[in-house]
Amino acid sequence: MNAFLRLAVAFLFVVAPFASAQESSVIKIVSSFPRTGSAKNQTDSIVYGITMAFEEAGWKSGSFTIKFEDLDDATAAAGQWTAEKEAANADQAIKDADVMIYIGTYNSGAAKVSMPKLNQANMLMISPANSWPGLTKPGKGDQGEPEKYRPSGKINYVRVVPADDIQGVVSADWALKLGLKKVFILDDREVYGKGIADLFHARADELKDQGLTVLGHEGIDAQAQEFKPLMTKIKAKGPQLIYFGGTTQTKAGQLVKDMLAVGLDAKFMCPDGCFEEAFIDSAGADNLEKRALITFGGLPPEKLTGKGGAFVANYKKKYGKDPEGYAVYGYECGKVALEAVRRAGKKDRDAIRAAGLTIKNFDGALGKWSFDKNGDTTLRTMSGNTVKGGKFTFETLLGED
Amino acid sequence: MLIFLQQLINGLTTGTLFALIAIGYTMVYGIIELINFAHGDLFMLGAFLALTIVTKLGLEHAGPAGAVAGITLTFAICMVFCALLNFAQDRIVYRPLRNAPKLTPLVSAIGVSFVFMGLGQIWKGVADINFPDVIPNRNLLGNSELRFTAKDLLVILVTVPLMAGLTVFVRFTKLGKAMRATAQNPIASRLMGIDVDRVIGWTFAIGGLLAGAASVIYGLTINTVSFQMGYQNGLYAFTAAVLGGIGNLPGAMLGGIVIGLVRSLGSQYVGEQWTSALVFGILILLLVFRPSGLLGARTREKV
Repeated sequence: MNAFLRLAVAFLFVVAPFASAQESSVIKIVSSFPRTGSAKNQTDSIVYGITMAFEEAGWKSGSFTIKFEDLDDATAAAGQWTAEKEAANADQAIKDADVMIYIGTYNSGAAKVSMPKLNQANMLMISPANSWPGLTKPGKGDQGEPEKYRPSGKINYVRVVPADDIQGVVSADWALKLGLKKVFILDDREVYGKGIADLFHARADELKDQGLTVLGHEGIDAQAQEFKPLMTKIKAKGPQLIYFGGTTQTKAGQLVKDMLAVGLDAKFMCPDGCFEEAFIDSAGADNLEKRALITFGGLPPEKLTGKGGAFVANYKKKYGKDPEGYAVYGYECGKVALEAVRRAGKKDRDAIRAAGLTIKNFDGALGKWSFDKNGDTTLRTMSGNTVKGGKFTFETLLGED
Repeated sequence: MLIFLQQLINGLTTGTLFALIAIGYTMVYGIIELINFAHGDLFMLGAFLALTIVTKLGLEHAGPAGAVAGITLTFAICMVFCALLNFAQDRIVYRPLRNAPKLTPLVSAIGVSFVFMGLGQIWKGVADINFPDVIPNRNLLGNSELRFTAKDLLVILVTVPLMAGLTVFVRFTKLGKAMRATAQNPIASRLMGIDVDRVIGWTFAIGGLLAGAASVIYGLTINTVSFQMGYQNGLYAFTAAVLGGIGNLPGAMLGGIVIGLVRSLGSQYVGEQWTSALVFGILILLLVFRPSGLLGARTREKV
């Protein structure tokens, strides 16, 4: 063994452990959201929310220093999340020994990609926005869900937002309450959009004897640029309401415009994927006035009180604009991440994962809530919103029973 | 029957729009055998410029006379802008590659497409943007169940004269003749004293001119613009060009209209989610039985 090699071996065994020992007080948390493409405003707001949670804690949790990295799961060419980017983000997080928590994703479809990977790495994953029920709830999603996302057999995924099995149901109830009995259902054929539209459909069928009629249910091609032929066809059926399971990115705005273009005078209801300024910008404020009905899995920012209210006030002060609907969920994710690290008390992925799942009666910005045995929030309150004067306006509470 | 007619109108109006863009693809291919992938994104930049002008002029709240004047001005500016940009693109990117292997300009075209998309992103951001509703959505047929709106009329009023003008131009003017000659055999054309590079430059400019017109129509009738619109519409337009027989002008027009009709009638009678599959299914079938497209000439012998 020559001298150089000896030195190198000595370094490996003697010096290297000290170098990593210094790093062991640093815990890295990454997030993965579509940071390019049309969801950018919403995800900016979420990332601001997460950052604010860490800032308020002084970038510390217990004895650990928190570092945060904001990853992008979208590409400019696709304009939205891609499976390749999301998988690469998960791999990057797993390979980096300092990363303990993964905050994400925005799209339920993306979560399906990264969940099984992170599960095998025992890494806690916290989502501010995924609402596909199958990610957590046995029997509420497709065959084999959610077990197939949990190859290790342990649960590593939690979410702070209520799932769509609640949102789809309360949306149909709301339509009935408003007297909008003839409904045509559309969806964007994605996990989130089709999922929620199917749940709406199932609930509407249950309410048949109370007069709710489904005139039809079709999937759209979200890459298409206009939908006049589709709206022409729907108009002939005479609906009072069009329910769209989809997001701003899957052409909700264009559907409203083409509905008006063919002279179809009906209401337009859509879920929380459209609860963002971008929806109003893309659809045109005038077109949504007295027409759009948007459900959201929680209270809109201006209705938050207590810690949530304080968050909204601080956010406005810091960034000079109103937070998007999901900002507070990002903030809550940040808080949950810090709490999980504090409870675990050591830099160990599995300990932090287990600690995250034990969070109960958490006094956060969304109120007092717990994670249930599947990793779902116990919050169930939803809001129904309209658009007035180019702004989302809170209309009614939904699902309070 | 009424619905069938309505879907015919829907299909024709979007179809002619695809046709206008398709002409840009087909002309450039016809003359230098380059599939100019950046053409759709050029169209997108035109639409962004149109949005800027329409917003700056406040056309949404202008009276009828003001709106007509403003729209005419928008058309003029956007058409010239796209023509110049397309011309510049040829001058800067493709002309130095004229004698390079065919793949080189093709890959460069993809690069230009990304550059344009990036510019669009910087210019207007990434979200879909509402294009102000300048043209009233009133039914011109009075209270009839059948709807033919001012927007539909605008599409016809602009596209038909443009296509007719282009056909006459290519067939009867000296420059048109030079274009046809260059398309047939660039070397022989040069030997006959035709300034081939100038003719190619004009071809790009004319393609751009039509894309500029299409972009304004698109904004005014579809009412949404985004930096991705070029990609999707470009794909359909390119399909239209191939369907009609790439390199063939009337073919591109016909191809565009066929695609528009397949989309609207397909949505009505088959199902909205199948429209794209139908369009490309028909394309594949057609290419199996008629590889040169609907109106395309039998493949020329190239030495």
